[in-house]
Amino acid sequence: MGRVALTRVTKRFGEVTAVSDITLEVEDQEFLVLLGPSGCGKSTVLRLIAGLESPTDGSIEIGDRVVNGVEPKERDVAMVFQSYALYPQMTARRNIEFPLKNQRTPKLERARRVEEVAETLELTEVLDRRPAQMSGGQRQRVALARAIVRRPEAFLMDEPLSNLDAKLRTQTRTELIELQRRLATTVVYVTHDQVEGMTMGHRVAVMENGVIQQVGAPTEIYDHPANLFVAGFIGNPPMNVLTGLPTSEDGRLAIETPGGGIPLTAPQQDAVRRSGATQVAVGVRPEHIRLDEDGPLRASVAVIEALGYENHVVCRLEDGQQVIVRLRAEVAAPREGDKVHLGAEPRRLHLFDATTGARIGT
Amino acid sequence: MSVTAPPEHLDAHGRAESPPERPPARARSRAARSPRRRRTLEVLLAYGLLLPSLLVFAVFVFYPLVRQIYLSFFLTPPFPGEPKHYAGLSQIQQVLTSHDFLNSLWVTVLFVLYTVPAGLVLGLLLAVLAHQQLRGIRFFRTVFSSTVATSVAVASVIFFTLLNPQIGLFSYWFGRTGQLSVLDDPRLALLAVSVVTVWQNLGLAFIVMSAGLQAVPDDLLEASRVDGAGPWTRLRHVILPMLSPTLFFAIVVGSILSLEAFGQIDILTSGGPLQHTNVLVYAIYDQVFNQNNQGRAAVMTVALFLITLVFTLIQIRLLERRVTYER
Repeated sequence: MGRVALTRVTKRFGEVTAVSDITLEVEDQEFLVLLGPSGCGKSTVLRLIAGLESPTDGSIEIGDRVVNGVEPKERDVAMVFQSYALYPQMTARRNIEFPLKNQRTPKLERARRVEEVAETLELTEVLDRRPAQMSGGQRQRVALARAIVRRPEAFLMDEPLSNLDAKLRTQTRTELIELQRRLATTVVYVTHDQVEGMTMGHRVAVMENGVIQQVGAPTEIYDHPANLFVAGFIGNPPMNVLTGLPTSEDGRLAIETPGGGIPLTAPQQDAVRRSGATQVAVGVRPEHIRLDEDGPLRASVAVIEALGYENHVVCRLEDGQQVIVRLRAEVAAPREGDKVHLGAEPRRLHLFDATTGARIGT
Repeated sequence: MSVTAPPEHLDAHGRAESPPERPPARARSRAARSPRRRRTLEVLLAYGLLLPSLLVFAVFVFYPLVRQIYLSFFLTPPFPGEPKHYAGLSQIQQVLTSHDFLNSLWVTVLFVLYTVPAGLVLGLLLAVLAHQQLRGIRFFRTVFSSTVATSVAVASVIFFTLLNPQIGLFSYWFGRTGQLSVLDDPRLALLAVSVVTVWQNLGLAFIVMSAGLQAVPDDLLEASRVDGAGPWTRLRHVILPMLSPTLFFAIVVGSILSLEAFGQIDILTSGGPLQHTNVLVYAIYDQVFNQNNQGRAAVMTVALFLITLVFTLIQIRLLERRVTYER
């Protein structure tokens, strides 16, 4: 059973709290991505699971046993490091074999498993080379092979793709996903790259300041971000956020922003009233904004970024705040300098309490 | 300097640093046309910059070396001012086959074997200990490296006292109080001098090894922990290979230091008892200042030089292939 569970785990380094009261359960055979900006504590969580750090508080379970205080080598997890951490004086074969040797696996069995893994990862050709004689992609696969060969309960991966160039990264990403599905094993994968987060994980845990902000399927996180941080962190170009005061006119509540008043649906009005928020942040994804004659926001087009398959229309409100509109390439784009009106379907609006950052309503 | 003081010196400095003047157009084009001329200038500049150190080396290394080689062909008189006689290879042959020289050579080899491996192992051991994240470890780091600040003379005097057969603590511990001093015992004198030497060089060995350990990447150590390596496997398969450039450096430097050892022998045993600690450098000193035989000393000096040279070359050939790993 490759289940990994953290219960109320806190890790402090002196005065600094790297991980704060985290509870997280990774199911058997699940691919869970820990996503967040650098310094958010995601690598610390991984190192806590690996046993390279011990928690200040809380308990960590792997399989069915609590592993607090258990040595890394007794935890039956394998780790892939960002730097690959290959032993430079050993050939690929000996690198891959190293964990098996430490487990005192018989020689023949060892050779068989190394060959098997090398074949899976197309490393047979380079088995007798040292890391210095291999390309970045090959080194990365050797690091992966060294983890796989042990058949551990869970894989821990710390930004394993970040040292590859963009093209290889995309390719390896797909291969990693296929591999995980084929091996049917538990993976905890740390990254700051939201594309990896969105594409690889069954679920994503978004972290910030040592706290898990939201855990859920990628689409759930994209469509229903739990707070302003998640809303801004996931999505490229990021979600447009306009902050304003809720104002009532004839009993109808709207959010008065610098570009104009944004009307809300009845349930949204209720939610804002119930939340008691004094300042409301309205978020809209760039693909949900329309150029609309009747739209409530007045803006002028600053820059058009043509990407071929779509255009990003960067608009500025009267106060200079930026709003990005994403248009399919076949839709006629305005010209730079044009005055436009912007609108969005009310159900596409995400409302947050601007003070606490928490989501308002559903 | 007060914080509010106007930064006059900076202004002056800034003004003085006017942009470098470009050479006249004609000179530039000539230089561009003639790469050979530019190369000549570059070589001249290189030698110009090397000149000061070349001068120092010439006076203190090259001239004495040449002079020793020259002297080794001459029988020199015991009193200054008398003429020396050309002896050709006969003196060289005579010295190199003499019992005294062969004894000194053997003693020197033993001395290197006693001091270098022991120093290396102890230095590494202390460095590994001091590398642990323990409370108060900084104090021990200071203690471990402190012998660097002791001179050979101080170290020798300390041990001379500790080994004193009447009042020495070591003599008391080993039950030798009132007996023959270790330093006068032919079986133990060289060992005793070696112990002093290891102790005195330990600070340096510790610092060098610690620096090497710092350079072992943390992620390799962590990877090996997750990969199930115990402390011994980790030392053998991760730390030592990464440390090998440092070990190589320590072996070469340690060997040369031991080949050149003089002070501790002069103070503790003066080459005795019965020549059992008469290492080459001390024998050379003895020839020059006690026997007044510069010619013999010159032969031994050149021999020592060649031995050190060959020794170092062998070490480099043997070890350098194995020491560097590109990551």
